Amino acid sequence: MSTNAKNEAQASEIQAAGYEVTHSKSPVFYSVYERKGDLQNQTHYCPGCGHGIAHKLIAEAVEELGLQDRTIFVSPVGCSVFAYYYVDVGNVQLAHGRAPAGATGIKRTRPDSIVISYQGDGDLAAIGTAEIIHAANRGEHITVFFVNNAIYGMTGGQMAPTTLVGQKSTTSPFGRRPINEGFPLHMAELIAQLEAPVYVERVALSDNKNIMKARKAVRKALEIQRDGKGFSFVEILSPCPTIWAKDPVEARKWVAEAMIPNFPLNVFKDRVHEPVQNAVVPHHTVPETLEIGDPRIGTQTDVHLHAGTAGAPGEQSAPVTARTQQHHFDTFGIKVAGFGGQGVLLLGQLLTEMGMREGLEVSWLPSYGPEMRSGSAHCHVCLAKQRIGSPLLSHPDVLVAMNEISLRKFAPHVAAGGLILYNAARLPEDFQLPQARIICIPASEMADKLGSTKATNIVMMGALLEETECLLPATAEGVLETKVKKVALKEINRKALAAGRDFIDHYVRVGAVSQPDGFAY
Amino acid sequence: MAAPARGNILIDTEECKGCGLCVESCPPECLELLPELNAYGVHPAHYTGAGCTGCGICFYCCPEPGAITVYRLAPPTKPLVHGDAQDKVQGESHAAAL
Repeated sequence: MSTNAKNEAQASEIQAAGYEVTHSKSPVFYSVYERKGDLQNQTHYCPGCGHGIAHKLIAEAVEELGLQDRTIFVSPVGCSVFAYYYVDVGNVQLAHGRAPAGATGIKRTRPDSIVISYQGDGDLAAIGTAEIIHAANRGEHITVFFVNNAIYGMTGGQMAPTTLVGQKSTTSPFGRRPINEGFPLHMAELIAQLEAPVYVERVALSDNKNIMKARKAVRKALEIQRDGKGFSFVEILSPCPTIWAKDPVEARKWVAEAMIPNFPLNVFKDRVHEPVQNAVVPHHTVPETLEIGDPRIGTQTDVHLHAGTAGAPGEQSAPVTARTQQHHFDTFGIKVAGFGGQGVLLLGQLLTEMGMREGLEVSWLPSYGPEMRSGSAHCHVCLAKQRIGSPLLSHPDVLVAMNEISLRKFAPHVAAGGLILYNAARLPEDFQLPQARIICIPASEMADKLGSTKATNIVMMGALLEETECLLPATAEGVLETKVKKVALKEINRKALAAGRDFIDHYVRVGAVSQPDGFAY
Repeated sequence: MAAPARGNILIDTEECKGCGLCVESCPPECLELLPELNAYGVHPAHYTGAGCTGCGICFYCCPEPGAITVYRLAPPTKPLVHGDAQDKVQGESHAAAL
């Protein structure tokens, strides 16, 4: 381009005259913004917008601290949604207000990265209030730059939580009235009240002096993250000439004259020199589990379980350690479904607890209606040798259907070659399912005979364990022993577990296939 | 010819949006908006050609990442120590600038 050539010529002329570059575009910015056909050397911000200055200060700090290769910039929703066109670092753009939540995930999975959450006031102080408060309260090792212009800019000047009292906006045309819209939210003060944040400051892009103060604050916030000290938050009061309907110079003055008196500039919290409370980014959020064959297995007494059923106390064999069992699966998905009150969720929890005691990765995902009792309820249980990606099971290996509705609703989703345990003496007459084996167990009747319908789920558990051998029955006894407090119920549960197992052993023939009438032949 | 200014600036007239913040901020008041329009239809900022101290304030006040490049008169080169007269003069003026 001719203008580029002209600029280059001028630049070399200046340098020939003995001048050196002291301030120029940071290499943290892309040289060309590949955002549209034209305008590739300009940002999309309005003339006089504070975002450009904020970007510039951040880019300079990232450059000077040598963090460019490690930085991940999280853009919000708002005018700065397109920051990823400009800043040549790792970029993520997140849903409205969720930048601190996403930044948390990024920092925890990549603890060596420098994660910047860059947000406006509509994003951070309105829809994202929960995310920022909790990220700050957890003391996430991220840096948040909060650009506050007291208005919704991108959407056309609606009132924001930070809009000043009396300030006119499209949704407060007569000025903000506290009696109707409340008072402006002071985010820096709010965040500073929390225990965890290390550094909270409010700066303003109102004049030369304050811009230079902002520059220092931005740098300090990033240094805190670099040094692993914790959560840093810088609120930047920034002009929005377009929505404020002022020219850029007036807008900048308005920041000084109207905003600063309402949002005082201050360092609200600075614990940089205090001992670091949580120096390590909590990236291993899953507790350590012992691998099979780990020598530490067996040193914990609570995993020693006795083989044999409690119904035959005389036959106590040597203690076995549940975690030494070789599981026959990599992942095993069980869906338990029925009415609330049938012990559906509890059965899932018990299976999860058993998996945990056997050293597996486990997850339990409940789903139930607000009714709690007599509403439909189901839960997903994952047992796996590896970390579990998703606790949601689209195609469970086993379905425990506690009633007909659950059977009809969920049976079609069972994995091919899977198993369905159905709580009834026989299948509904019109029910057919080619892809899975179905075993009918009159578990409710059996539990009734044992003394409590509540034990239905334990009968199903006994059958499940006996049929699939996914977990050790001894583990089940151990879990029931610790989880069930009532003595009377303990005995019933022991019997129910044994009854479920016996039913599979005695009433379902080996190698038999369940027929539509509900019996196996 | 008068001694060269301590600083110099180059404004990319095609990146400038003509907001005028640099003109407002410049301590020695050596910037102005050009009367003519650039390709985007705004009056771009322009260095009058005299008085720049190379302080860099316009750079930080400018919202565009690369619209302004600030220069300073090069610090004296090595021969200064050994007393090259011309370099020495330049070096002193630079020191004063700091």
